[in-house]
Amino acid sequence: LSREDFQRIPELAINPLGDRIINAFFPEGEDQVNFRGFMRTLAHFRPIEDNEKSKDLNGPEPLNSRSNKLHFAFRLYDLDKDDKISRDELLQVLRMMVGVNISDEQLGSIADRTIQEADQDGDSAISFAEFVKVLEKVDVEQKMSIRFLH
Amino acid sequence: MFLLLPFDSLVVNLLGISITVLFTLLLVFIIVPAIFGVSFGIRKVYMKTLLKVFQWATLRIERGAKEKNHPLYKPYVNGIIAKEPTSLEQEIKEMRRSGSGKALDTPEFELSDIFYFCRKGIETIMDDEVTKRFSAEELESWNLLSRTNYNFQYISLRLTVLWGLGVLIRYCFLLPLRIALAFTGISLLVTGTTVVGYLPNGRYKDFLSKHVHLMCYRICVRALTAIITYHDQENRPRNGGICVANHTSPIDVIILASDGYYAMVGQVHGGLMGVIQRAMVKACPHVWFERSEVKDRHLVARRLTEHVQDKSKLPILIFPEGTCINNTSVMMFKKGSFEIGATVYPVAIKYDPQFGDAFWNSSKYGMVTYLLRMMTSWAIVCSVWYLPPMTRQPEEDAVQFANRVKSAIARQGGLVDLLWDGGLKREKVKDAFKEEQQKLYSKMIVGSHEDRSRS
Repeated sequence: LSREDFQRIPELAINPLGDRIINAFFPEGEDQVNFRGFMRTLAHFRPIEDNEKSKDLNGPEPLNSRSNKLHFAFRLYDLDKDDKISRDELLQVLRMMVGVNISDEQLGSIADRTIQEADQDGDSAISFAEFVKVLEKVDVEQKMSIRFLH
Repeated sequence: MFLLLPFDSLVVNLLGISITVLFTLLLVFIIVPAIFGVSFGIRKVYMKTLLKVFQWATLRIERGAKEKNHPLYKPYVNGIIAKEPTSLEQEIKEMRRSGSGKALDTPEFELSDIFYFCRKGIETIMDDEVTKRFSAEELESWNLLSRTNYNFQYISLRLTVLWGLGVLIRYCFLLPLRIALAFTGISLLVTGTTVVGYLPNGRYKDFLSKHVHLMCYRICVRALTAIITYHDQENRPRNGGICVANHTSPIDVIILASDGYYAMVGQVHGGLMGVIQRAMVKACPHVWFERSEVKDRHLVARRLTEHVQDKSKLPILIFPEGTCINNTSVMMFKKGSFEIGATVYPVAIKYDPQFGDAFWNSSKYGMVTYLLRMMTSWAIVCSVWYLPPMTRQPEEDAVQFANRVKSAIARQGGLVDLLWDGGLKREKVKDAFKEEQQKLYSKMIVGSHEDRSRS
């Protein structure tokens, strides 16, 4: 699958974050994704089942755990993949989401406020741990899961 | 060597007799009823037998799959994932409610908002409403055509034999028959209309022209073994009106035209289609456009208006979707035909895909391949509903009127009513829609700054 194939889906093309989502499927530097890669990305959205909590915690974490789901969302914000959401990155993503309807200053102040609230170690950027802390009350499991009909 | 001679002549005799018998049968059972519009009901019996065979075949497959513990592939009509139809605002409010204890009325931005877009995007990648309309519908039970079978494994000898028999019947018996009929139909159409064209204009000419057209379309209908059920025939389109229908394939034209007398609208083609078009125009006025003219919408609208205002001219047949859709849904109607202001007679066409899927996937098959596929299916079964006429109300504009007609057609035919443009088959979506979504979201977060500036 290439990026153009994804862009042919009309409902994805009108999603303001469509391009970021498409990017999430393609690993670093590649332009094609095969079925395995496609599946791995979609696996993040499998609903969490109860019996998985009792599984062996020493093994590698399943792709659809809460932490991995949060990581997926984190990667959507983190444009340069440096594991930090800087003010610029947040601004860019916000700009994608609102288009031309909000001025730069307004957007800037929204970004500043968000970083202020989330930032705990004072580096003016949101790391993954801070991201998790902010969203600890949000029901990630339910919001980031897609159920298949049987 | 001497023994061969009498044998030879015997074979030739038999061949000659069988061909004559075949032709007489053809004439009596198919062409003559076509001329008078009468039906012997043979096709209905054929359809009932086929249904019984299909049911048996499906049961057999399911039983075989259970025995061998193979998971059966079952197509889902309504989509493969559970989607909740909530709006942007609802979802985001819900997320914030669970996330933070802040007041819900102050609009502001939260990091969790991204979840909404993310999830919506992934859902559409898994299963979206639009792209699946451009490929053939998937069937729930098998109809003995290998082209529709997704479980194609060896299940039982009887099933394979039945399938083989089906192939034999379809390709060796039905196909030549249908091709012969189609050929007869088309040549009769061309010659008939040319001949009628030579007569002087008048009532006699119209009468003959109408019957020549009807007769030839009926022969073509039989050529495809199309079993059509017409509903509500009292609502059939009248002179000076526009007939709109949902579009699944070029066969729609034949199906509608065999029950009524319409003026066609379309592009001028070359080749065989061109010959047919030119011949048809001689007998009665159709509206054929040059390709260059199609782009000029005003010219098109003007010609259509002229045609419609002349009360003696026939109702125009238009397919406002502009492209073939796979008959599970109705896509956006182009507003051009609704701006003219004539009475609109909506018609809903629904094919039964069990006997042969009539959808023309024009990016996959050319016209000839498509026709061959049609002729090697079991039959084309469809229902045609004539809906009561609609006119544009003074307070609605063309787009709203088009949508109203579209909903009526979708409701009648049991199809999904979509707002997407059928042109998305080949083109990308307009940016305007993306901007709409962006606007909606920005409303949710922009209020925060206003609050701030006030305090």
